[in-house]
Amino acid sequence: MRPDGETPMKLSVYRFNPEADQAPHMVTFEVEVWRGMMLRDALMAIQAQDESFAFRHSCGEGVCGSDGVNVNGRNHLACITPIAELKEPVEVRPLPGRPVIRDLVVDMEQFYRQYKRVEPWLVRKEPFPEHELTQTPEERDRLDGLYECILCACCSTACPSFWWNPDQFLGPQALLTAYRFLADSRDQGRDQRLDALDGPYRLFRCHTIMNCMESCPKGLNPTRAIGHIKALMVKESV
Amino acid sequence: MALHRRRFDTLILGAGGAGLNAALQLADSGLRVAVVSKVFPIRSHTVAAQGGVNAALGNVLPDSWHWHMFDTVKGSDYLGDQDAIELMCREAIPTVYELEHHGVPFSRLVDGKIYQRAFGGQSQNFGGDQAARTCAAADRTGHAILHTLYQQNVRAKTHFFDEHFAVDLVRDQEGFTLGALVLDIASGEPLLIESKTTLIATGGCGQVFRTTSNARINTGDGMAMALRAGVPLQDMEFFQFHPTGIAGKGMLITEGGRGEGGYLINKDSERFMERYAPHAKDLASRDVVSRAIVTEVREGRGCGPRGDHVLLKLDHLGEEVIAKRLPGIRDSSRIFAGVDPVQEPVPVFPTAHYLMGGIPTDRHGRVVVPVGHGAEEALPGLYAAGECACASVHGANRLGGNSLLDILVFGRLAGKDVIRHIQENPYHRSMDEEGVEQALSRLRRWGQRGEGPSVRELGDELRKVMEDHAGVFRTEAVMSEGVARVKEIRARLPDARLRDHSKTFNTARIEALELENLVDVGMSIILSALHRKESRGAHSRPDHPQRDDVHWLKHSLCFRQGDTMDYKPVRTRPLTVQGFPPKERVY
Repeated sequence: MRPDGETPMKLSVYRFNPEADQAPHMVTFEVEVWRGMMLRDALMAIQAQDESFAFRHSCGEGVCGSDGVNVNGRNHLACITPIAELKEPVEVRPLPGRPVIRDLVVDMEQFYRQYKRVEPWLVRKEPFPEHELTQTPEERDRLDGLYECILCACCSTACPSFWWNPDQFLGPQALLTAYRFLADSRDQGRDQRLDALDGPYRLFRCHTIMNCMESCPKGLNPTRAIGHIKALMVKESV
Repeated sequence: MALHRRRFDTLILGAGGAGLNAALQLADSGLRVAVVSKVFPIRSHTVAAQGGVNAALGNVLPDSWHWHMFDTVKGSDYLGDQDAIELMCREAIPTVYELEHHGVPFSRLVDGKIYQRAFGGQSQNFGGDQAARTCAAADRTGHAILHTLYQQNVRAKTHFFDEHFAVDLVRDQEGFTLGALVLDIASGEPLLIESKTTLIATGGCGQVFRTTSNARINTGDGMAMALRAGVPLQDMEFFQFHPTGIAGKGMLITEGGRGEGGYLINKDSERFMERYAPHAKDLASRDVVSRAIVTEVREGRGCGPRGDHVLLKLDHLGEEVIAKRLPGIRDSSRIFAGVDPVQEPVPVFPTAHYLMGGIPTDRHGRVVVPVGHGAEEALPGLYAAGECACASVHGANRLGGNSLLDILVFGRLAGKDVIRHIQENPYHRSMDEEGVEQALSRLRRWGQRGEGPSVRELGDELRKVMEDHAGVFRTEAVMSEGVARVKEIRARLPDARLRDHSKTFNTARIEALELENLVDVGMSIILSALHRKESRGAHSRPDHPQRDDVHWLKHSLCFRQGDTMDYKPVRTRPLTVQGFPPKERVY
C-alpha cells in the first residue's frame, strides 16, 4: 500500500495509434495520487495530459463493464481497482488476445458474437399467463452469481483456451450466460441449449485453468457454471 | 469521399431502457429497426438503476394504479400532466409482467410472485399508510432489465450500430425528420441513416454537474439535438438531487436502502428526518430529503471532520438482509467509501441524479412544439422517450422507481405509435441534402487546427458553474451570475480546438461534440431556473419559498434561439378519472 501524499505515481501505458504508429509501445506518465483514487481516475489524469490517449469507460462504479484492462498481467475493471493496491511499476495494457483498435481499446466483436451464439434469452413454449410466471425464492437463488455479469470480458480474455480458439470455444463469459438460462426454472429451452453446446470445442475446450474466476471483477465463477453444464449433459445422456 | 448511407424503416438513438423497449416492439412487428448507441448497448446508463420499477401489482401490500397515480401527481408537486400519469400508472402493470415474461430475474416472494419493496412517496389509499410498489431484482434492477431487453432485441434481430455517436438530426424544409447523421467512433467515418421515423432516447445529462450519480456518457446529446432543431426543452429547471450519493464521490446508494429500513442520522446521531417529515420520515419524497440533508449540514449538524455530510445507517438491518436485498450497494460502499454497511453507517450527501424535464412529448412519445396560443402540434416523424423526454409524468419531482417505469412504458408506447405512423407514411421522403450538409458542418468544425481553450478546460468550468449556481438551493443573485458565466463559456466554445485530429477511436473528438451538447443543455437548465420565481418540487428558491399556483402552475419551455422562454398549461384532466387538484404537499 502507498501512503498518502507521496511523490506522483508512474504508470506505463500501452500506446498504439494505427494512423501514426508502426508498432505499439509503452509510454510512462506521472499522475498525482489521492486517497480513494481508482485506476480509472489515473487513466483520466493521463488523458488530461494527452487527449490522444484512448480508453473506454462510463459509469465509474463497476456496473457498465466498459473499462476492462490488463494491469501488471492481470485483468481488472479500472473504475473499481484502487490505485493503492497496485504494485509499482504499474503497467497498463489492453485486454489480452483481442485485436487492438487504439491504445487500450480492443475489438470486442468476437467476444460479443460468442455471447449471442448461446441464444441468451428466455425460451418459452407455452403461452404466458396474464400475470408473472412464478418462481420460488430458492429457484431464483440459483440465478445469483450468474445474472450479474457485466460483459466486461475480463474473464474470456484471460482464458488461454479462448486465446487459442476464440471462434470455436465460446469462452467463460458466454458459457456463464448459457448456464444462467439453463438454471432458470422459467426456461423451456434446455434440450436445444445442451445440444448446441455439445461437441469438442464450444464447451469442452475449458480445461478448468480457472483464470476466469480469478479475474472476474464481480466475483463470479464461470468455471463452476461450466462444471454445472457438464454435469447436466451427463445427466441428460444417461 | 462519398458519404455512406443506410436505410431503415425506423431509427432509434440510444440503447437504454426506452430505446430498447421501443426497438423490441418495432422489431417484433417486422419493421427494419436501427439502434444507434455511442456505447455497446448494455453499457447504457439504465444499467446503473438500482432500486426498482413501480407497478401496483399488490404482491406485498394492497395496491391500485389509482393510488400510484395519486402519489405520482403529489410527488410531482402537481406539475405533472395527469393524463400521462394515469396512462403510465395503468400501463405499469402489463409492462412489468411483459418484462418478467422476457426473462428479467426479479427477486421473489415466498409465493413465487415478484418481490416489491417500499420506496419514498408511496402510499395506500391516497396518502394513507406506506405502500410497497417497487418491483426489484435485488439492488440491480436496471442491470437486470437492460440486459434482458438487449437479449430480446438480439433475438428479434434489431440492427445495432454500436459505438456510433449521433451527430445531428436531419430534417427537411417542411419539418419532417428524415434520419440522423452519425459517426462511427472506431473508424471516425460519418454515416447517414435514413428513416421514416426517428426516436430520441439518449438519456439524461447529469454530466453538466460536477458531482453526479450519472455516467460519463450522460451528456444530453439528444436534448441538444432537439434544441438545435428549434424544439424547446420543457421544465429544465427541475433537476433531481438524489439524497444519498456517497459523500464527495456521487455514486448512488439506492433509496431501497431506506425502503428496507435504513435511516439518516446527523452528527448528534439524531434521526433528523422526523423533524422534516413526521409521517413518512426517511421515505419522504427525494426533494424533501435532499433539502433536509443540505440544511442539516449548513446549520452545523453535518458529520465527519469537515461536517460536510450525514450518515445512512443500515447495520441494524443485519447482514442477511443486506446481502440478499442490497448486495450491490454493499460493494459500492466498501469500494468507494471504505465502509461496510453491515458494520458502519455510510457517509452520504445529495448528488445530481435525474432530469425531470426534457424534450416535450405527448403521451404517445411524439415530440410536440407550440403553435400560436396554447396549442401544440406533433413534429412529423420525430419521437422522444426516456430521461431525455418530458411526457410529463414527473413534473417538479420524480418518485423513486418511476424512472425505470417511465422509460419502459413510454419507450413501448412510442414504439407502438411509430408502427401506426409508418402504416400511414409507408415511404421514405427524399433526403434534404442541405440538412445533411448542416449536420456534417458540425463535425468539420472540430477539424480546425491551432491554439484555443481545450475541451476539458471548458467542460470542467461548466460543471463547476452548474454545481455552484444551479444546485439544491437557488437564489436570484446566484443564478444570474451562473447564467452570465455559462454565456461566457458558450462564447469561448467556438475558439476551442482539438490537439488530436486522428480518426480512429478519437475519444477527444467525441468529448468535444458532447461538450457542445452540455453547454446548450446546461444553459437551458439554469435559464429556466432563473425565470421560475417560486419553489416547487426540486426547484427550491429561498427568495421565493412558496409554491405559487396562481402564476406558476405551468410548464416552462426554453428555446436555444435567443435564449427565450415560453410557457404552456399543465394538463390537469386525467383520461378516465377525476383530477387531483393541487394541495399543500406534506409527507
